Amino acid sequence: LSTPQKHQRGNTMRSVSVDLNHDASLLIDIPDALCERDKVKFTVHTKTTLSSFQKPDFSVPRQHEDFIWLHDTLVETEDYAGLIIPPAPPKPDFESPREKMHKLGEGEATMTKEEYTKMKQELEAEYLAVFKKTVQVHEVFLQRLSSHPNLSKDRNFQIFLEYDQDLTVRRKNAKEMFGGFFKNMVKSADEVLISGIKEVDDFFEQEKTFLLDYYSKIKDSTAKAEKMTRSHKNIADDYIHISATLNSLSADDTTILFVSVQKVEGRVASDQELKLTELLRYYMRDIQAAKDLLYRRARALVDYENSNKALDKARLKSKDIPQAEEHQQQCLQKFDKLSESGKKELTSFKGRRVVAFRKNLIEMAELEIKHAKVSSTIQLTHFYTNEKWTL
Amino acid sequence: MAASSDRIPPPFPATEEPGAGPSDMADGDSDEGEDIFSNPMAVSRGVSQPDNVNEEPPDLFSEEEASSTTVKSNGVHSDDDNDLFADEEAHVELSTDTPGSSARKELSTSSGPHPASSFTRSPAAMQPTSLEQLEEEESKDSFDVDVAVTNPEKIGDGMNAYVAYKVSTRTSLAMFRSKTFSVRRRYSDFLGLYEKLSVKQSLHGCIIPPPPEKSVVGMTKVKVGMDDPSSVEFVERRRAALERYLQRVVAHPSLLQDPDVREFLEKEELPRAVSTQALSGAGFLKMINKASDAVNKMTIKMNESDTWFEDKFQEVENEEQQLRKLQAVVDSLVNHRKELCGSTAVFAKSMAMLGNSEDNTALSRALSQLAEVEDKMEQLHQEQAASDFFIFAELLADYIRLLGAVRGCFDQRVRAWQRWQEAQSTLQKKREAEAKLLWANKPDKLQQAKEEITEWEARVTQHERDFDRIGMTVRKEVLRFEKEKAKDFRSQIVKYLEAMLQSQQRLVKFWEAFLPEAKAIA
Repeated sequence: LSTPQKHQRGNTMRSVSVDLNHDASLLIDIPDALCERDKVKFTVHTKTTLSSFQKPDFSVPRQHEDFIWLHDTLVETEDYAGLIIPPAPPKPDFESPREKMHKLGEGEATMTKEEYTKMKQELEAEYLAVFKKTVQVHEVFLQRLSSHPNLSKDRNFQIFLEYDQDLTVRRKNAKEMFGGFFKNMVKSADEVLISGIKEVDDFFEQEKTFLLDYYSKIKDSTAKAEKMTRSHKNIADDYIHISATLNSLSADDTTILFVSVQKVEGRVASDQELKLTELLRYYMRDIQAAKDLLYRRARALVDYENSNKALDKARLKSKDIPQAEEHQQQCLQKFDKLSESGKKELTSFKGRRVVAFRKNLIEMAELEIKHAKVSSTIQLTHFYTNEKWTL
Repeated sequence: MAASSDRIPPPFPATEEPGAGPSDMADGDSDEGEDIFSNPMAVSRGVSQPDNVNEEPPDLFSEEEASSTTVKSNGVHSDDDNDLFADEEAHVELSTDTPGSSARKELSTSSGPHPASSFTRSPAAMQPTSLEQLEEEESKDSFDVDVAVTNPEKIGDGMNAYVAYKVSTRTSLAMFRSKTFSVRRRYSDFLGLYEKLSVKQSLHGCIIPPPPEKSVVGMTKVKVGMDDPSSVEFVERRRAALERYLQRVVAHPSLLQDPDVREFLEKEELPRAVSTQALSGAGFLKMINKASDAVNKMTIKMNESDTWFEDKFQEVENEEQQLRKLQAVVDSLVNHRKELCGSTAVFAKSMAMLGNSEDNTALSRALSQLAEVEDKMEQLHQEQAASDFFIFAELLADYIRLLGAVRGCFDQRVRAWQRWQEAQSTLQKKREAEAKLLWANKPDKLQQAKEEITEWEARVTQHERDFDRIGMTVRKEVLRFEKEKAKDFRSQIVKYLEAMLQSQQRLVKFWEAFLPEAKAIA
């Protein structure tokens, strides 16, 4: 798979997006992408009626690292502290199919040509699935931004969409990198800080409790779902080998039947992966983003409390009172702003989450039914015609 | 396995089986009963095709029955036997399930209390009924012996404990003491039977079905206690394997005639088989392989005038290799399926927790429902795992052992040839000795020499006849075996797929029940 692969638009199966990309003033999509030695080049396409952009319709090539840069700059923008920043898309991970491909190459001598071809096809399909998934997840990230009243107006966002040169130079700002690293270091203190806060606002108290608990549960579910999906995939792979060996022993209709049943197992595995696992994974990250918001608000509250203490001190000492008062005012304003915007964000997040879950659970159930029915129909037809059942 | 020896046309000279034409089976179900495993490139392909497929109702559940049985003798059996053996079937008896036939059904039919493990296959609710029952009634008349192995019971305690099984027979054959009867037997009895048969039949070139292998580990667990799941699984596995073993034995026309078999089925108390020590540990394949090596090491190499045997032997070896390969993958499947059971159960719990955590009521409810569906899925996976193992994996294990037995009978033929050659060379020596004596003029010694020559001439003739006879038997046996194997495989795979089909239909129901819950989320 060293040759570039293009991803063609047309498949609108989106695992987690809900109601995105409907505002005609700014429409974004990733119509195709190239995969070169595991480096993916996305074509980001923008259609807009906004005058802030130079052209109404344009495309730029972007790499995964560019998306990360965009995400990180948004996170570190003070003005957006009260917003849930859409989670960064995960790095394209072709590890699994690549490793399997390698193993397949090594084991080629031990299998029949047919078996090898089938396995190779399976792997190519897996590779393609990973590819499609990564395109979707990058696309959704951008669409979340464009659908957001504040974030869509961000300058860096515009640069990302429009700048027709390589963004690499901008990205390699050492200071930004260091800032990001530092930010990650204190992340572990999040939980403690958030939990330790004395909350006056009921809404936030409830949200805090809920999000902290929900996050740990969904993280667990995601891991367990991934494991389950992997087991399914293993079984599907076993069936490929079995079908191939059975075929070389005899190629009668029962074997053919076996093969088609095997295909269904494979479908089940990839469907679950796409729907349920992806859903859980995405919302796990989204909830992390919501927690980050709570963290920033908690930080702001701490700052406010500290500024109060400083003001008291200043009053005691009768020194620098105006500065202390102003500082306190600023902290309060910041805190209030975060609380107000945070409340809005968290409320709409709730709605968004419920809608996405609904959509995905329905689609998953429908797919399971469809595949099982297809498989049973194949088998029943065989049994009726060949084995002459009567029921 | 159904007997098909009766289906084979008159004794073969060293030529191909008549009816060996390419697949010109009349009816549309021409692949019915065709041997799955014959190597299309083998010279003798045509030979292994069932010659009377038209007679066989193109039906899943029929074996060759009802239909004509012009039984052909091949010199091994006396003519009397033929009448008795028209279409005998090793039937599973006492089936609470829809009766059908033998080998396929061993899982669902043993009427004894099923071990309370998840490996019990639930009586197939969806058995095709009417046509199959029709076949069954037709075929019942021609089935002569049905055997079943059921009711495993632990006798005694501690390291001397053993498991006794109920062996039930139902038969219309006059040679048995009654029409239905049962006895209790333990594993070593089955082994003892095999030993006796091997010793006796080995000179004839029959394929003696091997019983399941000893297992010190398995039995030790059982001795300690029969309640844990792995012991239950072990006992069930062994019970089913012993049943298939017996079914194959009684399905074999010559073996059924053997008084040891009759004794095994009928006699109340059997003397304890002690010589089974030889069959410990490594099992039959090792024994056969050792014998093979001994044959190969013999200096007189066989000059094969008939390539059928060489080709067939090669085929058998290739097939064994393929089956081993398949077995490895099926073992992998069984393990992965068990993993899936585990990970599904774990996931279901996790979903339930998530549902509890969820603050939107309708979504919370849906997630809890999802957790329940996943629990049900785990149950389905468990049943599928049992199916993987008991239907698929055990089938492969059986046939790998059986192919070993097939190789064994080829070896028997080679040894018979060697004995013949040795007798000839001894005769030659005697003749040379006689010539010397003639020249030396010693009349009394001459008389003795002449007598010896006559004796050895007779021996040579006997050995030659034995060799020819074994050759014919081996051919017959192999053809019969291939036919049985084809049917067995086909029916087992169909059974496996049936189980999967049932699973999927239940799966559909579960998800269809869940769908409204998902839609109700608001």
